[in-house]
Amino acid sequence: MSTTVSSPRPGSPKPGGAGAAAPATVLAAKPVSWKTPVLLAVFALVSLVFFGFLAPRQTASFGISTGGDFFQLPALEINAFAGGIVLSVLLVALAGYAVFLKTKGQPAPGWLPVTFIVIFVAAFLIWVVGGARTPAISLAGLIAGSVTLAVPLVFGSLSGVLCERVGVVNIAIEGQLLGGAFTAAIVASMTKNAFIGLLAAAIAGAVVSMVLALFSIKYLVNQIIVGVVLNVLVSGVTGFLFSTVMQANKAQFNSPPGLDVIDIPVLSSIPIIGPILFRQSLVGYLMYVAVAVVWVGLFKTRWGLRVRAVGEHPQAADTLGINVNATRFWNVTLGGAVAGIGGSFFTLVAIDSFTKEISGGRGFIALAALIFGRWNPVGAFFAALLFGFADNLQSIVTIIGTPVPSQFMAMLPYLVTVLAVAGLVGKSRGPAASGIPYVKG
Amino acid sequence: MPDQQSPEHTPDAQPAPPPHDSQETAAGEQTAAAVAVDTAGGAMQPSAVPGTAQSGQLPGDSGTVLRRIFTGSGMVSVLAVLLALILGGLLIASTDKQVASTAGYFFARPTDMLAAVWNAATRSYIALFQGSVFNPRGNGLAAQFAPLMETLTIATPLITAGLGVALAFRAGLFNIGAQGQIIVAGILAAWVGFALHLPVGLHLLLVLVAGIVGGALWGGLAGLLKARTGAHEVILTIMFNYIALYFLRYLLNTPAFQRPGESNPISPILDPSAVYPQILGSQYRLHLGFILAIGATVLVWWLLNRSTVGFEFRAVGANPKAAQTAGINVSRSTILVMAIAGGLAGMSGVAQVAGTEKVLTDGVAATYGFDAITVALLGRSTPWGTFAAGLLFGAFRAGAVQMQIQTGTPIDIVLVVQSLIVLFIAAPPLVRAVFGLNPRRRKPARAAKSGQAATTGGAA
Amino acid sequence: MVRVLKLELRGITKRFGTLLANDHIDVVVEPGQIHCLLGENGAGKSTLMNVLYGLYEPTEGDILIDDKPVAFRGPGDAMAAGIGMVHQHFMLVPVFTVAENVALGAEPTKAAGFLNLDQTRQRIKEISDQYGFNVDPDALVEDLPVGVQQRVEIIKALVRDARVLILDEPTAVLTPQETDELLDIMRQLKSRGTSIVFISHKLREVKAVSDTITVIRRGKVVGTADPAASTTELASMMVGRAVSLTLDKAPAQPKETTFEVRDLTVVAPNGQHVVDHLSFHIRRGEILAIAGVQGNGQTELTEAILGLQERVTGSIVLDGKELVGRSVKEVLEAGVGFVPEDRKVDGLVGTFSVAENLVLDLYDKPPFAKGISMSPAKVMENAKQRIGEFDVRTPSAAAAAGTLSGGNQQKLVMARELSRPLRLFIASQPTRGVDVGSIEFLHRRIVAERDQGTPVMIISTELDEVMELADRIAVLYKGKLVGTVPAGTSRDVLGLMMAGIPPEEHTPEEQTPDGHSPVHHAQTPQAGTPAPASNAEGADHA
Repeated sequence: MSTTVSSPRPGSPKPGGAGAAAPATVLAAKPVSWKTPVLLAVFALVSLVFFGFLAPRQTASFGISTGGDFFQLPALEINAFAGGIVLSVLLVALAGYAVFLKTKGQPAPGWLPVTFIVIFVAAFLIWVVGGARTPAISLAGLIAGSVTLAVPLVFGSLSGVLCERVGVVNIAIEGQLLGGAFTAAIVASMTKNAFIGLLAAAIAGAVVSMVLALFSIKYLVNQIIVGVVLNVLVSGVTGFLFSTVMQANKAQFNSPPGLDVIDIPVLSSIPIIGPILFRQSLVGYLMYVAVAVVWVGLFKTRWGLRVRAVGEHPQAADTLGINVNATRFWNVTLGGAVAGIGGSFFTLVAIDSFTKEISGGRGFIALAALIFGRWNPVGAFFAALLFGFADNLQSIVTIIGTPVPSQFMAMLPYLVTVLAVAGLVGKSRGPAASGIPYVKG
Repeated sequence: MPDQQSPEHTPDAQPAPPPHDSQETAAGEQTAAAVAVDTAGGAMQPSAVPGTAQSGQLPGDSGTVLRRIFTGSGMVSVLAVLLALILGGLLIASTDKQVASTAGYFFARPTDMLAAVWNAATRSYIALFQGSVFNPRGNGLAAQFAPLMETLTIATPLITAGLGVALAFRAGLFNIGAQGQIIVAGILAAWVGFALHLPVGLHLLLVLVAGIVGGALWGGLAGLLKARTGAHEVILTIMFNYIALYFLRYLLNTPAFQRPGESNPISPILDPSAVYPQILGSQYRLHLGFILAIGATVLVWWLLNRSTVGFEFRAVGANPKAAQTAGINVSRSTILVMAIAGGLAGMSGVAQVAGTEKVLTDGVAATYGFDAITVALLGRSTPWGTFAAGLLFGAFRAGAVQMQIQTGTPIDIVLVVQSLIVLFIAAPPLVRAVFGLNPRRRKPARAAKSGQAATTGGAA
Repeated sequence: MVRVLKLELRGITKRFGTLLANDHIDVVVEPGQIHCLLGENGAGKSTLMNVLYGLYEPTEGDILIDDKPVAFRGPGDAMAAGIGMVHQHFMLVPVFTVAENVALGAEPTKAAGFLNLDQTRQRIKEISDQYGFNVDPDALVEDLPVGVQQRVEIIKALVRDARVLILDEPTAVLTPQETDELLDIMRQLKSRGTSIVFISHKLREVKAVSDTITVIRRGKVVGTADPAASTTELASMMVGRAVSLTLDKAPAQPKETTFEVRDLTVVAPNGQHVVDHLSFHIRRGEILAIAGVQGNGQTELTEAILGLQERVTGSIVLDGKELVGRSVKEVLEAGVGFVPEDRKVDGLVGTFSVAENLVLDLYDKPPFAKGISMSPAKVMENAKQRIGEFDVRTPSAAAAAGTLSGGNQQKLVMARELSRPLRLFIASQPTRGVDVGSIEFLHRRIVAERDQGTPVMIISTELDEVMELADRIAVLYKGKLVGTVPAGTSRDVLGLMMAGIPPEEHTPEEQTPDGHSPVHHAQTPQAGTPAPASNAEGADHA
């Protein structure tokens, strides 16, 4: 229950009744579930069998440096079989440790599932590349590409964090991204200025969010309904205007100047890290800033304390003179603006024009990242990176020709999210209640 | 908040209040209590299901129905559609060339622009009507009514999938997963249809069963995960939609599903014995699926209002804790309702592969699964309401094609109108305010506040 | 330094729609006074205080502070004016620390809005020391016992420099001991110049601590009273007519034991033993009342009997059949009638019609259903009959149950549960939030069920109700049975038992290992029996 979107109702039906009395007798630690150890064990065995014993006997090559790098490192050459066995043994050890902790009644520490996921992904990667027709990929390119693909996801999931932390479920991330993408394209085209386009994208996202806020806060319409319907509405409006306005005069309305990649000299030439941190578009840099600002804001400032209080127990906030509805309204609006900036990535950075449905369901992956990242900006960031990685890997495996169908790679974010919401992954991590927003009708 | 609002205050503390007095009070409190009722226990969200409709239809309460049509949701529904059409019309006009040119001298001669706006909007809507109901230029009566038949054809999957969504709503569940359920149903039904070769009758029956079972499994799986782990069904069903879609795309690239000699992801054509007969002859696409959709509507109505299973669904939807305390197995209900909902959506999948398309592609579900949500919402989650909403949106879809051909207005306008309708219907105060029908002025902030209190303090 | 403050409410009227919650209420709280608002549940006390605290806007009337009218647009204004409030349901964010909760809304910050909680911690320590609260500023609120949470609420008000403190039903969740401590804190606050508005319907506490008493009935001030006035006097003022505080009931005619709980343990999801090796029995034709402060395992006990709890060990036997491990449906079919403690949450479906609620646990049985097909006509017919029989005031059988008053909702639940032949009747808080007229009716029905020979179990946190209904009284403390005593046991003894201290006098029957001894079914207390082991265990916690 604690990992779901709707369960967040700490204050709701019985704020005082039995709920208030419960803590008197309820003082013990959170229960330790068998789910995590068992699941880790299963995945460790899967890894051992498939990525280990059944691994191809090829050598997988991972390029680390790219041409322009500051210094060159040799490519990593790993025998798929040996690598798979070694990593799988590590996984088995980690799973065994989780089981051991469980028998002692302790939950697995937070680093354990994270480490597990990283090693599992590495084992998987070696297996995939090792089984390919041309068993060589550029690791640097793979990671840099993952970050790029993750940019809109990160912005989208931050929007979700801002909304849900204040107690409003945001299913409309997709619409906010799409609205931002469209507006960025049309405004940048008309003004011939990508920065104005970026600003307009933020405003467009905010406007979509304001509709969500208006209907869910003032008219008390179910937030999920508004979100679902808003996605359709934005899709309809942008599709309509694309067909009528943009297609009629592409030069004037749909050829935005792009936001170029800004290379920070020297630093960007550091292998692997350089391209990730120092070779990004303006939107990419903004992403890092946004993650940091949202995290610090939520957990270190007065604003954040109030936001979280409103999301956890709005009545309590109300009795302390905090205007719950205003706080919600402006936070949801802010969330929309953040998602709008993410949307501009599609038309100002990735592709240089708008097409229908350009966001392609990434708003829902962002939603998934938000949940997988436990309503924490940093968690959501890493979850988005993981999903960006899966997305990027999908196109790479098609190129290098592996036995894994690309469709299954595409499915991965959704499968992972199902596991996450079903409480199967990382349930033991941290006090789950701290990340749960309050949702009211 | 113990003391505020209504019920506790009914003055029956008196030794013997006269009965009519008590009645008056209860009636007076109805407005205050309506919000509380609508969100009882915080379990059901407001506006997906009207509070008054969650109760089964019992004999003896028909007296209020007529009154509700004029004051209540019926009128609001009509006005919401009207408002959405007006806004859609304005959007059409905003991109119209005639409007743009007359806008240049708006202050000199405003009537020109207003006329242009009116023309742009009405031209599109007339085309929409002609494409969906009656085309006067048709050659003979059969051709004139061809658009109506097309409407019914397109409405068929909307109705059954909409019923699935509506049924889940009534049990307190948001089934966003009709899209995935249609896809899985389509996969199974199509496979039975092109891979097996069976006698006429039996083959079609098996196709139908396979589709319903496929949808039911996919929906039921989401229900099972929700019941067992408490995961939220919205997230589950959204994710399941994508999983189903990518699975379908994978299958369409495998020898088992890809049409031999074809490089595109498309399945073989279904056997003639596996497709729905065209019920009004070959000149219309209208097929047996529509009759089955009517049957499904009747069945869902009976299930909800006249069966113990429906009683359980409604009780779980309105107040799961009370349902559980009364001995109803909430987990079982959750799984069952999602399975039935999936089965209904599955009928839409069958209607697609065995009715209109006759092959399986990755566009088998089109956007029917998502449209089904708006259909159910417009129908306020009642079976016949959903049926009517399905017909309306079917007409929009059918007419939009004609509209695009005749006037160049993109089909996307349908999405706009459709979503606006649902938004407005969900917010009756907004619609009443727009049309100046608000019975009494209330300060909005306060209105929201009392609603809040009702939601959060419902247990007091 | 101490700023005293005079508070006056003049002609306050508050309407919700057509409902008049407060009708021209005048109250003057003199500086440094403990002023009690006494009234029944639903009399309008909390509404009045929410008006005073700025949560509701009054329809009419003025609030005056030091004789100057003020207008509060929200709680912020009220707090700024020196009014603090401890709500009946605590307004604390469970996942925040004490310091975060105290800071919220008036956060000390460094530059750029960064929190500076050290300042708050310092203030908490000061206040905590001053009043002997012993509160850790860095503890998570959800980990604190209720009594401590209440102190956090008081600190919240004091940090904001409240000169008038409103305490809304503060003793509802406290043990008698904690209540005494709270009354001491109130006196201390008063001595330091803080006025207190004390809202309660518990006469003893009111008499113990108040300087002035204003009695409110059905939204109106019906008078003021002196704390020295007798309990009966106050009670009749509160209720509006002479109340007989005792119920006329014939002595119990207990027959054989048909219901027995043996060594029952319920483990909460967090591993806590919320019901701890509990054993008792109920005979046909007697009422066993389970007394205790809220949250001592009563809810879990009833849920375990009903089959709603997952981790249950021990045995629950009804008519020789084991109930542990059965589904709710099977338990109900075994003849258990159950009135849950929170009717709106567990007892009724608010949006369902009265008629449907009357068959909520019978809908799939004849005559209401054949197979899975239901008969609406039969449902309506049943409803008309029950509504008449239980005097449920409803516009029609098709009206939504959520629109009825609390008393009528409770009658509705009771009508449903008593409409089939029962082998055991359990009523949890049968009259909570119910007006006095309905209370009498409901109590009579419970006794009538007993007289038909049904074993009856009443769970109540109201000692008055326990003493009125019970033939025997079992007291729970931290999930354990402190002891079972006969009706007529003194209030003092029961109060001590509710705090976990076993009585000197009690019947020993519950303590034998097999649950009961058939010999000691006497109604008289047996003096001088040594306290058995289970009781001593309970005392350890005190």
